[in-house]
Amino acid sequence: MQERVKAKAIELLENGACDRVLGWKAGEFFYDVTPAVFTSREEIENEFVYGPFCGANQSKYLIAESRKGGRVGAFLKPCDTCSFQQLQKEHRILRENVYAVGVQCAGMCDIEAVKAAGMKGILGAEDQGEALLVRTMYGDRTMDRAAALAERCKVCKSRKLLGCDEIIGDQGEELASARFDEVARLEAMTPDERFAFWRNELSRCIRCNACRNVCPACSCEKCVFDNPDSGAENKAAANSFEENLFHIIRAFHVAGRCTDCGECSRVCPQHIPLHLLNRKFIKDINELYGDYQAGADMETRPPLVNFQTDDPEPSIVHERGTNR
Amino acid sequence: MKKLPVSQLQALFAAIAADRKLYIPAGEAKTAAFTLWREGLELTAALNTNRSGKDLFFPQVENLVDFKVTGKQIEVIESRDPAEPFVIFGVRACDCRSFDILDKVFLCDPVDSYYETRRKHATVVTLACTEPEETCFCTALGIDPTDPAGDVSGWMADGWLYLRANTEKGEALLASLPMLKDGEKPEQDKSVFDRLPLKELDWSAFGGEHMMERFHSPEWASLAESCLGCGTCTFVCPTCQCYDVKDFKTSGGVKRFRCWDSCMYSDFTLMSAGQPRPTQLERFRQRFMHKLVYYPSSHEGEFGCVGCGRCLQKCPISMNIVKVARTLGEEAKA
Repeated sequence: MQERVKAKAIELLENGACDRVLGWKAGEFFYDVTPAVFTSREEIENEFVYGPFCGANQSKYLIAESRKGGRVGAFLKPCDTCSFQQLQKEHRILRENVYAVGVQCAGMCDIEAVKAAGMKGILGAEDQGEALLVRTMYGDRTMDRAAALAERCKVCKSRKLLGCDEIIGDQGEELASARFDEVARLEAMTPDERFAFWRNELSRCIRCNACRNVCPACSCEKCVFDNPDSGAENKAAANSFEENLFHIIRAFHVAGRCTDCGECSRVCPQHIPLHLLNRKFIKDINELYGDYQAGADMETRPPLVNFQTDDPEPSIVHERGTNR
Repeated sequence: MKKLPVSQLQALFAAIAADRKLYIPAGEAKTAAFTLWREGLELTAALNTNRSGKDLFFPQVENLVDFKVTGKQIEVIESRDPAEPFVIFGVRACDCRSFDILDKVFLCDPVDSYYETRRKHATVVTLACTEPEETCFCTALGIDPTDPAGDVSGWMADGWLYLRANTEKGEALLASLPMLKDGEKPEQDKSVFDRLPLKELDWSAFGGEHMMERFHSPEWASLAESCLGCGTCTFVCPTCQCYDVKDFKTSGGVKRFRCWDSCMYSDFTLMSAGQPRPTQLERFRQRFMHKLVYYPSSHEGEFGCVGCGRCLQKCPISMNIVKVARTLGEEAKA
């Protein structure tokens, strides 16, 4: 796949479709790739990488990139294309300034998942079909290839590439996904158990804002939490519950717009399963208004900003609350 | 030197915790943290904690002072944490060096009395490394992870914990623990540290004497290009020391507190006259210039980085001090 993506990047520059392409630069190790903009064949040949650790969702960069003049090429995975379309729907990306290449994906690896399998001093990895051979400072070890996948890839919801100018690989389909299983498990808890679960998880927050800054749905020019005039600006909370509320408020703010790309949980340095908050909202929206995937198309009105006479009444909150 | 079977660690922790607080690195590998010891709490399997040991001296949030306002009277009320004696056990050599770096900032004139109080109350017990991660590069910064500093240095080998007091505080701690026996630690096989992939990092392009060349490097633009502007690197960093002082309005006055701040944030150094670092490029540059140029220029060449590797592991886009050092180092050579 790397060779096809690199060749396409060079082609886009040389045929004039783009004056720059967004891609990935190799790092110190095989897994620590960094998003980067490339402007020449030479740079691409020497430094561009595309591989199983290129998991980050680059669609948010296109908000700024599409406003820099010229045209930027972007390589988007199926889940990234959802964010890409959602951002267009919100009029955040100037579509005409982007050349979008959809890249089919079999799931991205997460170095944290490799570490979670007990790997230390990780120097390299080699795909061996079902297994992943991990080269470490302490010798070669193997692990289940599937266990090395990022959480969101383990429960991949769709391989459909949406709204791209062209596609590398085959067009994919929506998949049966177990992504709501964990939410259902939390729903089955008593309110006290659930409260304790979230208090514990959120207690680790260091308010680094990585979840917010990486989130494609968080694209406000000035976040209320950064604005000294908002009255809500806070670098550190006065008490720990306020810290928890930050995440709950953020989840509310992105409800109906979150595509479940999973970046929030990927970047959290404290491994807080933030995606579960968003998935709860998605699950509720699906149950209350019918299945809805943010960013799936450019036309459907989002349920939370649409009114229909058969919408549930506000009393649904009470009914659902007491029924559990 | 003293020794104790590792199997008796819990008894040791109980004895230490009997008359002071004890913090140990505990928890699952991915969320390990310095945690107040309670019966049964065990050391984490992780090499190091997500957040560094600096938290215990320079917490993320702390109260400075309260003001009570009654009519035209303002009463100043002490609200600081008075601190009490504590032991921080299991500090790695990198984090231990970071305390020296922080000391030079907080204990120079004017002394930061909040930090000073906690430092005075603390006894630092370190633990030598045996299984470094690929992201470790303390050895490239002159730190020996097999001979960590601290009030007490610790080693674990062959089922024994070995402890050596380095200071009066350390002597006092070990003297208060009757279960310790005399012993000498065996020689450690250090060959694994020769296999560290980042051990040869070259810092010669940095330091105060290269200030303006590095500051004006055109490379900052591409290095900073994909930075998200989050505070992860600064908050997990054991040497980042910037904070903001804020007033929280209460019903009858003001609660003044300080909290960690990050040079990566858009309102860092925001002044009434404007923002001297208007884009992420300047903010990003500030962080690395501080570690590799400004700090050494005012501290006899000592770098403000200890090679713990947390920023390598935690940056959402995998941009970090090693990539900066490589890129600017190569530029300097060219």
